[in-house]
Amino acid sequence: MTPTPRKPRLAVWKFASCDGCQLSLLDCEDELLDIAAAIDIAYFPEAARGVIRGRYDLSLVEGSVTTAHDAERIRDIRARSRVLVTIGACATAGGIQALRNFADVRDYAAAVYPDPAHIDTLATSTPIADHVPVDFELRGCPVSKRQLVETIAAHLAGRRPVVPAHSVCIECKLRGLTCVMVARGTPCLGPVTQAGCGAICPAHDRGCYGCFGPMETPNAAALAERARELGLGQDELRRAFRSFNAAAPAFREESERHDDQNDQG
Amino acid sequence: MTTRTIKVDYLARVEGEGAFKVVVRDGAVRSAELKIFEPPRFFESFLRGRAAIEAPDLTARICGICPVAYQMSAVHAIEDAFGITVDGPIRALRRLIYCGEWIESHALHVYMLHAPDFLGYDGAIDMARDHAEAVRRGLMLKKAGNAIVALIGGREIHPVNIRVGGFYRVPRRRELDPLAEELKRARDLALETVRWVAGFDFPDSERDYAFVALRHPHEYPFNEGRIVSNRGLDIPVSDFDRHFREMQVARSTALHSRMADGSSYLVGPLARYALNFDRLSPPAQEAARESGLGPVCSNPYRGIIVRAVEILHACDEALRIIADYAEPDRPHVAVEPRPGIGHGATEAPRGLLFHRYEIDGDGLITAARIVPPTAQNQASIEEDLAGHVGGFLDLPKTELQHKCEQTIRNYDPCISCATHFLKLRIDRE
Repeated sequence: MTPTPRKPRLAVWKFASCDGCQLSLLDCEDELLDIAAAIDIAYFPEAARGVIRGRYDLSLVEGSVTTAHDAERIRDIRARSRVLVTIGACATAGGIQALRNFADVRDYAAAVYPDPAHIDTLATSTPIADHVPVDFELRGCPVSKRQLVETIAAHLAGRRPVVPAHSVCIECKLRGLTCVMVARGTPCLGPVTQAGCGAICPAHDRGCYGCFGPMETPNAAALAERARELGLGQDELRRAFRSFNAAAPAFREESERHDDQNDQG
Repeated sequence: MTTRTIKVDYLARVEGEGAFKVVVRDGAVRSAELKIFEPPRFFESFLRGRAAIEAPDLTARICGICPVAYQMSAVHAIEDAFGITVDGPIRALRRLIYCGEWIESHALHVYMLHAPDFLGYDGAIDMARDHAEAVRRGLMLKKAGNAIVALIGGREIHPVNIRVGGFYRVPRRRELDPLAEELKRARDLALETVRWVAGFDFPDSERDYAFVALRHPHEYPFNEGRIVSNRGLDIPVSDFDRHFREMQVARSTALHSRMADGSSYLVGPLARYALNFDRLSPPAQEAARESGLGPVCSNPYRGIIVRAVEILHACDEALRIIADYAEPDRPHVAVEPRPGIGHGATEAPRGLLFHRYEIDGDGLITAARIVPPTAQNQASIEEDLAGHVGGFLDLPKTELQHKCEQTIRNYDPCISCATHFLKLRIDRE
């Protein structure tokens, strides 16, 4: 009798985040028990107490690095993971908490706490890939459930996940939606934002707010110029690019073009 | 003198990163601490200088489990500052999406985080080997809650359709019909849930809680009402600061909330239920009675039954809202920013969630304060830890640890929310 091959081991790790991306896995209500049958969920503290120590075939990492301790922890996780996939805007771009990168973190702490002297936090929030090699980055704030299942399945099958890097505009066209910017003059980050959400903002009569981060070849400056013609001021343009993916290079550079000292408008 | 320390460095089946430590000396509990080491994310700081109308999208990111709660408290606080009132179908749709979040969040806690403690499993997937039908029921319920949030909000986590003044787009009447069908099935599952959890073994553990929740003239509270307690408190939301205060505790990145006199209090399902039993749907009241609950439940272990009753109520309420829904002429009321201070408090699945914003003449936030439910419950959780452990000291260490963990999970703490956005030194022994 041949021994049953060991099932691949999955680990889910959390850094600075809202827990939403790992919750997306539990939100796969129809697929969860099938996924659990195909793999050993060896470490997933949000869902289970049990811990299988050692090495993991696939590590999903949520959240950004904001403490010295976490910068060390991710190195250990990388060393014990055959494949490491980052999930969500925090892990892939630093997340909303990377707004501190544009400010003085000591001022931030003093605004919240009576006694900020105890602070143990880094001045920046950085993506996992700034600290260790990452095998695949899955974007979104939060990630798409469909893309998450595809990513897990692809890595179990040893192939690249099918996750397009084109813009939200393509998804709008595929859904047959009328362009909110062309038809109604609503500013929209769709042309520079990576697809994956299913164009949900235009489908709800609002402009895309960029939660999947920059697409592969964004022309953010051209979009900003068009948004300015539609009536957005300098501060609004800066804030539009400075949100959930503020530290993603293409969005960071565009938001900085609209800082007071740099604005050419 | 013998000193014994019971601790767990990474609490499982809660949202976020927490730990606990109980120190026992000569057979008596000397200290019990819930430590929160979730790194800070500084929401209240980076909100300064952002447009007030951005607050619902930004504060949603505090919590992936209850983003709707953050969006609801934010829009109500900002509408308070702008002098806007939202009523009719738009108000009803807000209640509907909140029903979805309660169902989704409570089903997650009841089935995936809490029930495994009562039945002796590490987690729901482990539990599914022997209780497949129950776990599937929980997943179907959770899916029904998520279906509401996704239909009204655009997606389950961090919905995109909620804005100051209402929604970007409101659903057509016919879009809600399939949802009603799913909710009728969910309603039956919710009733089965109440009966299922009522059969668990519960330790005798009554606490004399100071319950705090919203109370509304006609409704079980979601978005509106006065803040009341079972100790005679009855105040408008705008007076929150005069009756509750937050304190920094060195071991935690969460600020602790206490009443003005320094005493602890409890928010969440037990408090809502005790203060609003008469506002539950009649079937939810009947299911509660059938399961052996009185109109007040002071046993934190039985909180799992109260959550199940609230799931049933949320299904009933969602079905009622859908049946009465008439599409409004506009998806939102007109929004004219104006300077001022706004307060908002709504009932997140885990309890009262308070927001306060100061807004300047350009419509920008100049100060923000957010008081999440878990921060308010932290003092009660620690008192419970200290009180319970004394009775279990003879147990072997791993069982004692598990008892402590269960005590904490009774409260469904959301540590991502509670982290009041700063990391302090942790005393790791």
